[in-house]
Amino acid sequence: MSRDNLQIDGNGQLRHFLSISGLNRQLLIDILDTAESFAGVTEQTVKKVPLLRGKTIVNLFFEASTRTRTTFELAAKRLSADVLNINITQSSATKGETLLDTLRNLEAMHVDMFIVRHADSGAAHFIAQNIAPHVSIINAGDGRHSHPTQAMLDMFTIRRVKGPDFGRLRVAIVGDIMHSRVARSQIHALNLLNTGEVRIVAPKTLIPAHAEALGTHVFHDLREGIKDVDVIIMLRLQHERMQGALLPSEHEYFELFGLTESKLAYASPDVTVMHPGPINRGVEMDSEVADGSRSVILEQVTHGIAVRMAVMSMAMSPKEAPVE
Amino acid sequence: MNEREDIATIIDDMVVQLDELVVSSGHTNPAIVGIHTGGVWIAEQLQRKMAIKEPLGSLDIAFYRDDFTRVGMNPVVRPSELPFSIDNRHIILVDDVLHTGRTIRAALNELFDYGRPASIMLATLIDRGGRELPIQANVVGRYVDLKPEEHIKLSGPEPLTLEIQKTA
Repeated sequence: MSRDNLQIDGNGQLRHFLSISGLNRQLLIDILDTAESFAGVTEQTVKKVPLLRGKTIVNLFFEASTRTRTTFELAAKRLSADVLNINITQSSATKGETLLDTLRNLEAMHVDMFIVRHADSGAAHFIAQNIAPHVSIINAGDGRHSHPTQAMLDMFTIRRVKGPDFGRLRVAIVGDIMHSRVARSQIHALNLLNTGEVRIVAPKTLIPAHAEALGTHVFHDLREGIKDVDVIIMLRLQHERMQGALLPSEHEYFELFGLTESKLAYASPDVTVMHPGPINRGVEMDSEVADGSRSVILEQVTHGIAVRMAVMSMAMSPKEAPVE
Repeated sequence: MNEREDIATIIDDMVVQLDELVVSSGHTNPAIVGIHTGGVWIAEQLQRKMAIKEPLGSLDIAFYRDDFTRVGMNPVVRPSELPFSIDNRHIILVDDVLHTGRTIRAALNELFDYGRPASIMLATLIDRGGRELPIQANVVGRYVDLKPEEHIKLSGPEPLTLEIQKTA
């Protein structure tokens, strides 16, 4: 069995949510539609539905994160689940063995779902392979590999702003594609949703070797790369990349790849600007752009809750559902 | 229920009963909320025939069902829409078929997550018996006596038709 098939049960339903690849278009649309109905829950006086009442969800974070952990926690609470946050930072040398030990202990506490963030690619898959059959795993970011809920909330945001027909859209992803799990998941999701054109824009040092094989058009010039695009997704530039001689300086990066109002003029007039956060103002984009009318960066955060509610409740649905 | 009876006639009967009930209860300015999907179709007609100005509310009770742990997510969930404040409102809750009462239990719970209504009355097109909870409708279009293996289904919205099916 391939690693990705772990995600789907015999009835084609979501069992774990580990990566976008391995899922089909219909399942992505089901997630977006379900998220759409959860978005209404925030309009209730009581911002809660009783769907996962009595379930226990553990946020298992081996890597720091505020936004992702908080929105997962809020999503779980709005589904009426009980949530436990566990932050584990440890040296990579002892990790393999300790990870399984940690899991066995949490399993013994009758946990129903783990939300896992880990610095190693494949960590969520590893856990899904080794966990008791009744437990679901949601990947909240693993190394450079995948961050599927971020990609789905981005798709949700695009669909809300631009409508359901991805075929007429040009989308540019700008920045550190090479090290970005977000970009990988976004590219898979955009392709599955039949997006008209997916571009990646970055210096040569930050583009993975097999980029064209991902079904994208590669650009090394920002103005060319965003010409006439409908959506621009800026990626976060990790400061530590500067040390690796991959980039000259933040200042020079901003000159070449930073998004400013004047560069935005090359894109479609109704272009939408996105960023998974947290933003480095003056590195990936100007404050003027980040806070401007085209930016939906804060909407992305809001949508993250509804999308995570959808994924959690779908994965927690009983695995062998009887037909009504 | 007569097999060939027009659903419009049943709805007209419900309107007469509801108008009387609203007047005798002294409820002013009631709002109608239909339960997806059949209940919304009936609610639309009641709202028009009762000349209620307030926009129609709709509930999808999928997130409030009591059988999630058995059957899981309903694949088609529409957002609930209550385009008015529930607080202190007199609500007429509408469904197509009243059976076990579990749908109504879920709908009541969901309504209370939007606020505290002044009152809730229940109107259903069909009451087929078979209750599993202590829930009764204030207004019933027609009573139909069905066997447990029988199933009554409303199709619509245009035209609305009722069909009795036997589950194998």
